[in-house]
Amino acid sequence: MYGISKKINSKMIWQALLLMSVIFMVFIGTAAAATVDENAAAIEKNAEDIAQNAEDIGVNAEDIGNLQTALTFMWLLLCGALVFFMHAGFSLVEIGLTRTKNTANILMKNFMTICLGIIVYWLVGWGIMYGADAAGILGTDQFMLMGAMDNATWNGWWFQMVFAATGATIVSGAMAERTDFKSYLIYTVLLVAFIYPVYGHWVWSGSGILTSGFLVDAIGETFHDFAGSSVVHSIGGYSALAGIMIVGPRIGKFKNGKAVAIPGHSLPLAFLGTLILALGWVGFNGGSTLDGNDPYANLVIVNTFLAAGAGAIMVMIITWMKTGKPDPSLTANGMLAGLVAITAPCGSVANWAAVVIGIIAGIVVYAGVMFNENTLKLDDPVGAVAVHGYCGTWGVISVGIFALGQGDGSMLADAAYTAAGAGLLYGGTAQFMIQVVGAILSIVWAFVISFIVFKIIDAIIGLRVSEEDEIAGLDVVEHGISAYPEFAILKE
Amino acid sequence: MMKIEAIIRPTKIHEVKDALDEAGFESITVTDVKGRGKQKGVMQQWRGRKYCVDLLPKIKMEMVVDDDNVDKIVDIIMKVAATGSIGDGKIFITPVTKIIRIRTGETDGEAL
Repeated sequence: MYGISKKINSKMIWQALLLMSVIFMVFIGTAAAATVDENAAAIEKNAEDIAQNAEDIGVNAEDIGNLQTALTFMWLLLCGALVFFMHAGFSLVEIGLTRTKNTANILMKNFMTICLGIIVYWLVGWGIMYGADAAGILGTDQFMLMGAMDNATWNGWWFQMVFAATGATIVSGAMAERTDFKSYLIYTVLLVAFIYPVYGHWVWSGSGILTSGFLVDAIGETFHDFAGSSVVHSIGGYSALAGIMIVGPRIGKFKNGKAVAIPGHSLPLAFLGTLILALGWVGFNGGSTLDGNDPYANLVIVNTFLAAGAGAIMVMIITWMKTGKPDPSLTANGMLAGLVAITAPCGSVANWAAVVIGIIAGIVVYAGVMFNENTLKLDDPVGAVAVHGYCGTWGVISVGIFALGQGDGSMLADAAYTAAGAGLLYGGTAQFMIQVVGAILSIVWAFVISFIVFKIIDAIIGLRVSEEDEIAGLDVVEHGISAYPEFAILKE
Repeated sequence: MMKIEAIIRPTKIHEVKDALDEAGFESITVTDVKGRGKQKGVMQQWRGRKYCVDLLPKIKMEMVVDDDNVDKIVDIIMKVAATGSIGDGKIFITPVTKIIRIRTGETDGEAL
C-alpha cells in the first residue's frame, strides 16, 4: 500500500506540476502579450501628450505674453491717472502760496491747462513728439493719432499726454497774480503743441538728436532722462524764467530794490498740494519704466522717495539755520526739489546716491530762490524756476555723476531702461558729457523759444494785466467772482 | 449808562467773557479788529524772508452798563485780560445818552 500510493502520489505530483506550469505559461504568455499591447498604446499616448505639451507650452507662452502686455497697459493707465492728479497738486500749491484775490484765476489757469493740454496734445503734440522723425528734430505724422489706432498707441498717448500739460502748469505758478488770462491760454497751447514735444522728441522718441546722430556719435553715449527732469521740469522751469523776466514782478514785490515778502494765503492748501504732487510722482517715475513687468520699478520708487525726504529735510535745516525758524513753504519746495532732481536718475543710481541727490537739490532750491529774488530781482511766487528749472538741471547732470551704468558688475547690468554709461564716480565720462549737453540744450531751447513767444504775445495782446486790475485781484476782474464770496455782503 | 470798550488780546476773549458771565454781565458785542498802540508790530517769516505785521489782530468788546457796574466790570477785565507784556490792550469808557430796545421800544434802564 505504502509503495503504490507513493508511486501514484509521485505521478500525481508530476502531473500537477505539469498542469500548473501549463496554466502558468498560458496566463503569463497572455499577460505578457497584453502588456506589450498596452505599452505600445502608452507610448503612442505619450507621444501625443508630448505633442500636446509642446502645443500647451506655446499657448502658455502666448498667454503669459498677453498677460504681461495687459499688465503694462494697466500699469501705465494707473500711473497716468496718478500723474493726471498732479494737476490738483499744482493748483493747490499755487493757490496756497498766493493771495485770496487771485484764487479763482489760478484755479481756472490750472484747470484749463490740462483741458487744453488733452486736446492740443492729441491734435499736434503727440505727432511732433513721437511721429515719424525728420532730421532728429521733430516728428511729422500721427497728428490726431491718425494712422495709429491700436491699444499700444492709445496707452502710450495717455501716459505721455498727462506729462505734456505739466510744463505749462509750472509756468502758470511762476507768473501767478499778474498775467493776463488770455495770454496765458495762448502760451499754454503753444507749449503743449510745440515747445514741449520738440525737446521731448530729442530725448524720448528714440530718433532725436540726443539719442542718435552726430552728437551721440561724437560723445559716445546717449542722453538719459528717465522720467523728465529735463523734458518736463527744465522745459517748464526755464520757460517760466523767460516768462517772469518779461512780465515783471508783482506790484509791491520789490521796494527800493529789496525783495519784500508777499505771504500766501493758505499753507494748508500748499502742503496738501505738495503731498498730492509727491503721490503723483509714484506714477510719474514709476510709470516711466514703460513696462508693468520691470523689476526695477521698485528701485525707481524707493529712490524717488528717498530724494523727496532728503530734499525737504535739507531745506528745513537751511532755513532754520539762516532765520532761526524752519520755514514751512520753502520746506515744501524742498520736497518738490528732491522729486524733480531724482526724476532723471531714479532708475540709474543706488539708494545712497538718491539721498545725496535729494540733499543737493535742497541746497539748489534754497540758493535758487534767493538768487532769483536777491540777485536777478525776479518775482516767482511759488519758486517754480528754482524747483523745476534749477533742480531739473541738477537732476539731469546727477545722472552723469552717480549712474551705475549697464556694464559688467553693475547692479543694473540687466535693467532694460537705465543710463547706459557709468557716471563720473564709477569711472565714466561720456555719460556725464552727454548729460551736460542735454541740460544745456533744454535750457537754451526752453528759454529762447519761450522768450520769443512771450515777447510776441506781449506785443500783440499784452502779457500783463493793468495795475488797477492787479491791485483789485484777477478773480473779480478776469472772472467776475471772488473765490471766497462769503466775505462780501450781497444785495438780497 | 456807560459804554465800556475794551481792546484785548484775541487769546483772552474766552476767559474774559466767562469771567463776566460768572459775575452776571452777559450782554456783550465782540468784533475782530486790527490796530496798534505804541507797540511796534511783530516779525513773521515768509519763504525765508522776514516781514513786519504792524497792525496786529485784536478783539474789541463793547458793553453798555449802569454807572454802578462800571468799576466791577473794569476790575474783571483788568484782572483777566492782563499778561503783563506789551500788547495787553486798553479800556475806554464813554457816557451813553439813550438806549432803545428795537423789539419792544423800551428805553434806557429798561432796555439794558
